[in-house]
Amino acid sequence: MSPRSSTQDPWWVKTLVLSLVAVFLGLILVLPLVSVFAEALRQGLGPALEAMSTPDAIASIKLTLLTAAVAVPFNIVFGVAAAWAVAKHEFWGKSLLISLIDVPFSVSPVVAGLIYVLIFGSHGWFGSWLIDHNIKIIFAVPGIMLATLFVTFPFVARELIPLMQEQGVDEEEAAASMGAGGWMTLWRVTTPNIRWGLLYGVLLCNARAMGEFGAVSVVSGHIRGLTNTMPLHVEILYNEYDFVGAFSVAALLCLLSILTLILKGLLEMLQPQVRRAGH
Amino acid sequence: MSSTTLSTAGQDRQPRGAKTLFRRRSAIAGFGLSLGVTVSLLSLVVLIPLSAVILKASGQSFSEFLQAGFSARALGAYRLSFGAAFVAAAVNAVFGVLTAWALVRYEFPGKSIINGLVDLPFALPTAVAGIALAALYSPNGWVGQYLEMAGIKAAYTPLGVVIALTFIGLPFVVRTIEPVLRDLSADVEEAAASLGAGRLSIIGRVILPALGPAWLTGFALSFARGVGEYGSVIFIAGNMPFKSEIAPLLIVIQLEQFNYQAASTIAVVMLSASFAMLLVINAIQAWARKRSA
Amino acid sequence: MTISIRSVEKQFARYPALRGVSLEVQPGELLALLGPSGSGKTTLLRIIAGLEFPEAGQVAFDDQDVTFASAAVRKVGFVFQQYALFRHMTVAKNIAFGLDVRKAKDRPARAEINRRVEDLLGLVELGGLGGRYPAQLSGGQRQRVALARALAVSPQVLLLDEPFGALDATVRKSLRKELRRIHNATGVTTIFVTHDQEEALDLADRVAILNQGSIEQVGTPQEVYDQPASAFVCSFVGETNRFDGAVSGGRFVCGSVSLAVDCADGPKTAFVRPHDLVVAPEGFEAKIVRVTAQGPVIQIEAQTASDQRIEISLARQEAGSIAVGQTLRLAARKVHLFDPAD
Repeated sequence: MSPRSSTQDPWWVKTLVLSLVAVFLGLILVLPLVSVFAEALRQGLGPALEAMSTPDAIASIKLTLLTAAVAVPFNIVFGVAAAWAVAKHEFWGKSLLISLIDVPFSVSPVVAGLIYVLIFGSHGWFGSWLIDHNIKIIFAVPGIMLATLFVTFPFVARELIPLMQEQGVDEEEAAASMGAGGWMTLWRVTTPNIRWGLLYGVLLCNARAMGEFGAVSVVSGHIRGLTNTMPLHVEILYNEYDFVGAFSVAALLCLLSILTLILKGLLEMLQPQVRRAGH
Repeated sequence: MSSTTLSTAGQDRQPRGAKTLFRRRSAIAGFGLSLGVTVSLLSLVVLIPLSAVILKASGQSFSEFLQAGFSARALGAYRLSFGAAFVAAAVNAVFGVLTAWALVRYEFPGKSIINGLVDLPFALPTAVAGIALAALYSPNGWVGQYLEMAGIKAAYTPLGVVIALTFIGLPFVVRTIEPVLRDLSADVEEAAASLGAGRLSIIGRVILPALGPAWLTGFALSFARGVGEYGSVIFIAGNMPFKSEIAPLLIVIQLEQFNYQAASTIAVVMLSASFAMLLVINAIQAWARKRSA
Repeated sequence: MTISIRSVEKQFARYPALRGVSLEVQPGELLALLGPSGSGKTTLLRIIAGLEFPEAGQVAFDDQDVTFASAAVRKVGFVFQQYALFRHMTVAKNIAFGLDVRKAKDRPARAEINRRVEDLLGLVELGGLGGRYPAQLSGGQRQRVALARALAVSPQVLLLDEPFGALDATVRKSLRKELRRIHNATGVTTIFVTHDQEEALDLADRVAILNQGSIEQVGTPQEVYDQPASAFVCSFVGETNRFDGAVSGGRFVCGSVSLAVDCADGPKTAFVRPHDLVVAPEGFEAKIVRVTAQGPVIQIEAQTASDQRIEISLARQEAGSIAVGQTLRLAARKVHLFDPAD
């Protein structure tokens, strides 16, 4: 959309606005991003690569990938089920359900960790039962998974619900009238229509699952090589004043989020209708 | 699937109620299964665990509740969390609207990169943001050294908290305002111009009022996110009790000392604040919908 | 197949969509459900299809109760107002869908399906377009694909929801003929919903007229036009002049309008079709306001002495020389009288 003469800002306004935006975004977004790489490479590429390949770092990368590998499929199942129920059917209490799905976004990540400690921790609801049966959830991998599930909970659902509501029920009804069952309709009629929105939700869910810090740090117990995800490993190295190590692992996470942003940008360019204010 | 119920005449019509619940209600299959999956997962992962914190906090007398939830240290932490989040949201409200304006109205080199970068806080792990900001704004950092020369301490002070929360909250404001600004047709502005309005009064009397609800929503979202933020803040905050200790950190500290009740109490206070803000945001959006309808 | 709808009731949120509707549809019939928007005609069609389910009443196909049977088991073909074509499938895939989704043991062989698709493409005159996607077709072509897709499963009944609603006037007319031709070729019982009375009268064997969730009249196009059962039907089907007045001593009087009728005394609403008004020396007076010649017919807009606007259609030779400002004396060949409560 090209601005028209009567609504065009004078050159000095444009310059002023762009300069302010440039300075602000530079200080808040660009410099921090650049500084991560600068700090990581302070002693050259060698030490940075080394820091990324210590056994603890590798263990943290593996755990992070595992966490995302659990959270993303879970999120897809929940998101599709929720969107199918909400967008394709009418029922009482629907808007309440939609609000409840969004609840994890308005809960502090620390509280997200706390609630699982209260339930599965040694003093929690199931604490003594779990100890008796020798099952560890808190300060162990299952706790990390649960906390991640909580913080990523709404991602796919909130992409799919508005998308599927907008698409309506005509195609699904047409499929039903021709004898297609529920799974057949979902797979052959609905999925092709929602795949880009689904991918968008997955992308955001994946980024959050790999990067979650607050919730995971509460339930992890910070056991090196066992319960440290990449962000937790960054914290430990940083607190030990191993800045090159901390920033090297951080740089890896940065690359991951830049990749996420590029894929997200491509998706928005190819499928403009998927764009929504995300979280 | 076909029911054999016969009700041919109006007088023996079945009452709506228990029976209709189990009847086929929709032509599209899978309602029971999908709603069942949705409600069970929501309950197991979100609702039941959240109720644990409320139960824990309510298992004490009211004076104990006040003592744990509103001690001087807790009050200091709330003041910092809410205060810094408010200031950061206000900063974002100003620069967010400028950024959105630049993205929608101007063409400039590197626009698509800037557009992508605005979402960085959504994609970047908060801990990474935290250490990067701490390094940048510490007294010997790239920016911190100049601030130091000007006598401003950023890192390890409440100002540092504001900086981190500004980073976290920026995309909420930009991405809420942007679509509204895009939809604001140039016609309206041209109409105002043709009626003799100057540029400033067009902005002040036509554009900003139209942006109002989105602006408030963006502000509220940014504020709400900032209040609960943890990862990006703790590295730059200094974490001194009463001074630079945020509320989520206080929860973690109580937890590490096995003060589950105190941790839960502070969590409940913060949850109440979050839900109150959620209500406010919904109210703003309902108002905006009503206004634009 | 005979479709029987017995005392069907359906409620939406707060307002009733259908209040006790009963209707029999004969095998091989082409029936129109005609009514204004909100009259419940689409809801009735969707209940027949198994896309909605009634709160009370029964739907039977050949005396077999299907009230709560799923759409899948009813073997109906449904054509949606906005076509509801699968965007990501080609035309051929769209048409084959109903056969493709059958269980392996009921599914025809691939070659059989392809032949059926080709036949149907030929039937709706879209031969050679099987490889296109819906987005590459015009509105009228999409409608034909939707029709072919609905027919692919050899339905016992074909249901169409405002089939021509989204098309422009010329395409509408040609598709109307097409539907009649396809109906004659397949002989399948067909029900279509429309709010366009001309379309209903032109196309259907019988018309069911709905108003506010009830059926006002069912009959052939000629019956509903010539013998309307209610004031609503009379004013909804065809052009008409309405007069609110009273009958006294064999004459209906409304202001300066006076018509000879055969009816007991009392307040009445009278309807006179424009072509039922004739020039008569002893008739009531009306002053001509506007004259338009449409082919063999002259349309006249006139004003009675009591300031009511009326419309008159006269055959050209009958009209003679007519000009604006002239006063005509008019009588009615036929008057439809109803109680004013309607």
